[in-house]
Amino acid sequence: MDPVKANPSMNEIKVKKKRARSEAKKDMYSAYLYIAPFFIIFAIIGLYPMIFSIYLAFQKWNGLSPMVSVGLDNFKVVLTDPLFWKAVYNTIVMGIMGTAPQIVFGIIFAYLLNLAFLRFKNFFRVTIFMPYITSMVAVALIFSVLFSNHESSLANYVLSLAGLDPVSWASSEWGTKIAISIMVFWRWVGYNTIIYLAGIQSIPNDLYEAATIDGANKTQQFRYITIPMLKPFIILTVFTSTVGALQLFSEPTIFMGTGAFTRDEAMTIVMYLYRDAFRLQSFGTASATAIILLVLISVIAAINVYLTSGVGRKRRGGK
Amino acid sequence: MNKNKKVRKFSISKLLVYTLLGISSLLSLFPFYWMFVMATSPSSAFNSIPPTLTPGNMLVENFKKVLNQIDFFGSMWNSFVICAIVTIVVLFISSLAGFAFAKFTFRGKNVLFIAILLTMIIPPQLGLIPQYFLISKAGMLDTLPGVMVLFFLNPLGIFLMRQYISKSVPDELIEAAKLDGCSNFRIYRSIIVPITLPAFATLGIIVFTAVWGEFLWQFTVLRDPENYTIQVALAQLSNTHNVDFGMIMSGVFWATVPLLLVFLFFNRLFISSITEGSVK
Repeated sequence: MDPVKANPSMNEIKVKKKRARSEAKKDMYSAYLYIAPFFIIFAIIGLYPMIFSIYLAFQKWNGLSPMVSVGLDNFKVVLTDPLFWKAVYNTIVMGIMGTAPQIVFGIIFAYLLNLAFLRFKNFFRVTIFMPYITSMVAVALIFSVLFSNHESSLANYVLSLAGLDPVSWASSEWGTKIAISIMVFWRWVGYNTIIYLAGIQSIPNDLYEAATIDGANKTQQFRYITIPMLKPFIILTVFTSTVGALQLFSEPTIFMGTGAFTRDEAMTIVMYLYRDAFRLQSFGTASATAIILLVLISVIAAINVYLTSGVGRKRRGGK
Repeated sequence: MNKNKKVRKFSISKLLVYTLLGISSLLSLFPFYWMFVMATSPSSAFNSIPPTLTPGNMLVENFKKVLNQIDFFGSMWNSFVICAIVTIVVLFISSLAGFAFAKFTFRGKNVLFIAILLTMIIPPQLGLIPQYFLISKAGMLDTLPGVMVLFFLNPLGIFLMRQYISKSVPDELIEAAKLDGCSNFRIYRSIIVPITLPAFATLGIIVFTAVWGEFLWQFTVLRDPENYTIQVALAQLSNTHNVDFGMIMSGVFWATVPLLLVFLFFNRLFISSITEGSVK
């Protein structure tokens, strides 16, 4: 009886093994099939353009005539163009003015919005977040009216109440930068707040309870528990804000209207790139600019992330 | 006495918190309100000192002027079509790939997944010019598909879907379905999709709003006003020479209202979608 029983079971195992093997093979084909669309699309509209862009950076090309290889000339042209450096300067200045306050205010708002006694929580959360859902174009248009050059524009009226002279927001060196930074801040601060709020809510309550027992006051708790525990979230927002700020395009383009590509008060790196490519048909220098931008983004983002993570470390060490 | 003092001090700090949040909320909402005021006022209201702060009665007139400048409804429709199709395609691509990465074993799985994550850090500007020529060569310049194609690439979607599927779909369920002779695609259709509907909603919101608000690429590809999306059309409003603020704000107002209504209706889902999308 035993061998009789053993035989079919041996067979069964064999069949099962075979089945499992063909099943695994089938699964593997399915898996490759399911991830293929992404990689096909990536190859066509992601990888190929990237390689082409790098190639193009070493060519002189107006989009129609044959390309001429020019070596590093495009980089030379861009890097010696005062307007490019003006664009770098503008981008960094507006980046700092527009995004650094977001991080500070975002943390403060998130902390306040999470206070236990706070009523109308949802109302406050929704209103502070609301600017984020409007498009950048809408924001730029609203602010271009709020901050227009007229003496009667609302921004200038508020200044006059404080006894200050009107500013020509849309055409002065600092007027444009301040107005654009304010609109960037206004649109994004709620977004950062929500991310910090998610971070604060993930901090275990025991930590605060233990700190209270040890006699730490609210300020100490905020400094030694909330901020260090928020560090990953702060690093994340510093990274995304840096990358976003260096890609600033829509706000200044719309704020400056028809003069966007001829004036330089708020010309950013991406506007400079766009102008080279689609206004001046100089695709080689535009591609070189894109590569320089990529390097700038990587370096500045890395520095910022490094600095942010350093701050938390020092603080914890100091404790 | 001592206790009393403590309670009072506490309520002062409470007052401070409410004041600060109140002011912030006001500053958040004010531009929206002011947009409405300008959208309902004649252009001359803009030149008055002190500024007009109450709505006027030009809501319809100003909007008529917008309709003379741009094809408002056509542009809204174009934006809607682009966003809807991109959202559906991205959801399909991401959920299938997410399913594969969450529930199948295959050679190169980890390397491929990391490759997908790495594509997230490529700045869009680097590809702008070649993408423009690619679209142009394919004869899709100045067409809606030409705008859409670029947005089909969405590594974040695959990442989110993988996370959600591996967390919420038990392996036993899939094994049981396989024993019953279910094909892999059938498992996707009748197990994965229904269970992960919340992830579909979240990712759908992220993709839809991101594409709706995008400007640079739409501005680059579209030339003929007939094909303008709402963002490109709105941007044209400020390019006219005699600037009519009432008209501009009316255009922005009517383009923003539908968005605000949808947001107020779904705000919880909306906010959680943002945190999920960026944190994990």
